[in-house]
Amino acid sequence: MSVIALNPRSEAPGKSEVLGKTAKDAAQARALRETTPTQWFPYAAPLPRARDPRDIAFSFRGISRKFGDKTVLDNIDLDVPAGQFIAVIGKSGCGKSTLLRLLTGLDKPSSGSLTVNRGKDGENRTRIMFQEPRLLPWAKIAKNVEVGLTGMASGEDAREKSLAILGEVGLSDRAGEWPSVLSGGQRQRVALARALVAHPYILALDEPLGALDALTRIEMQQLLERIWLQQAFTAVLVTHDVAEAVALADRVIVIDHGKIALDLDIPLERPRRHGSPELARLEGEILDTLFGAGD
Amino acid sequence: MKTTGQSILKNVTGWALPAVIVLAWEIAARTGLISPNVMAAPSAVAEAFWRLLLSGELIRNISVSTARALSGFVIGGSIGLVFGLANGLSGLSRNLTDTTLQMVRNIPHLALIPLVILWFGIDEQAKLFLVALGVFFPIYVNTLLGIQSVDPHLVEMGRVYGMSRTNLFFRVILPGALPAIFVGLRYALGIMWLTLIVAETIAASSGLGYMAMQAREFLLIDVVVLSILIYALLGKLADSFARLLERLTLQWHPAFQTA
Repeated sequence: MSVIALNPRSEAPGKSEVLGKTAKDAAQARALRETTPTQWFPYAAPLPRARDPRDIAFSFRGISRKFGDKTVLDNIDLDVPAGQFIAVIGKSGCGKSTLLRLLTGLDKPSSGSLTVNRGKDGENRTRIMFQEPRLLPWAKIAKNVEVGLTGMASGEDAREKSLAILGEVGLSDRAGEWPSVLSGGQRQRVALARALVAHPYILALDEPLGALDALTRIEMQQLLERIWLQQAFTAVLVTHDVAEAVALADRVIVIDHGKIALDLDIPLERPRRHGSPELARLEGEILDTLFGAGD
Repeated sequence: MKTTGQSILKNVTGWALPAVIVLAWEIAARTGLISPNVMAAPSAVAEAFWRLLLSGELIRNISVSTARALSGFVIGGSIGLVFGLANGLSGLSRNLTDTTLQMVRNIPHLALIPLVILWFGIDEQAKLFLVALGVFFPIYVNTLLGIQSVDPHLVEMGRVYGMSRTNLFFRVILPGALPAIFVGLRYALGIMWLTLIVAETIAASSGLGYMAMQAREFLLIDVVVLSILIYALLGKLADSFARLLERLTLQWHPAFQTA
């Protein structure tokens, strides 16, 4: 087995010291090192670019979040290698959205440490896509996408980049229109373009397809998978749709009562067919965890 | 061809009723149904208009009144906007001033006329003060409301994308508050004329209200009617201007998208 060399930059203090505190952690970290990126997602090979400097996208160490007396997240440990597509599922109110808010910096943990791999110059390269598109109604589509480049590019440069990414999501001909004339699915695609235009390292998706109709949703899933394979960012998808999770993700995390109840790899080839027996079996396993087997 | 014909027809129908009323009014005045010292005939009003236009009196009074109205509006409106923005954006500022402002708001500003005359006499300041005070509140209240009703989801989105405070204000908060600010603007324009008419009829030595009061002294009922009509026209003009501004800045709004 070929072992990929860790880029020295990622060994810098403050980034990796969080790893390897306990024997279990060390074993986990070793396991991550001893697998190659192509093993993480063999179907994506060959990779479009090297991403060694950020081999771990983010890691949670003993993260808890309390709101008053209520513990929403309880001592969560989670390492996500760069480029992985991870789905987080759970019943509503289980803390999965809180997990995303912590990851994107919208909220701070009550205790524990959170390491997010940032860019070379420490810029924030984590993007979130919400359940609602949250487009600015007073800005044309292209301008809305340019919001994703705030502080990174402006003027002609930003315009070109946003038009290019709109082409990726199939909306290049709508660049000059107001958001109000677009359909729900199209608006969500604009929101995706806005999240992707600055080439994020981590894309957090907070049930972004939840409000779409079934057909548009499958279309969006395919689009999301295609762009993820192309751009190779780390995707964290929070969803309550188990079928969606197993169809898209490399790994599914089930959160129950603030703890990780199941951490399941989905080693299926892509593209995956909706309704295939393997997907159904994994889906069943996850549902069993959520509701208790044999009940 | 057909569509332009239709649109002309549509415009004409709106004016048909006023035309019929004016015609009936004229006939009633000519036949003596309406006594000339109760209401002047439209032709007499038109005559008065022509006479005052030629003498330059009309233009002078209109420009004096308009200047008063606009300067009062600019002063009161900008103070209202500043307070509205400050109180919408900062909780400290709101806690500090909002209660006071809401108390003052409940005093009808025209009730201050006796006091204002004592303070400023019948000089320009008196009119400016009253107009500014009248205009202040609709702008203040609606600006505050507009800022408070900006979708917090959009503000959060702006923060996630790393917008600075000024960036957030100009790209998210202000555009979001704009529709409400325009509602305030149109209210304020109405109040602006109303205040000015009252102030000018009570204490003034020039302007449209003064012209009307002078005419009343000399029983020139045609001039009185003319002044009232001009007020109506100026009010309509101000409102059309606000609508135009709305149309230009709120193009994104579904209500302003012409199908």
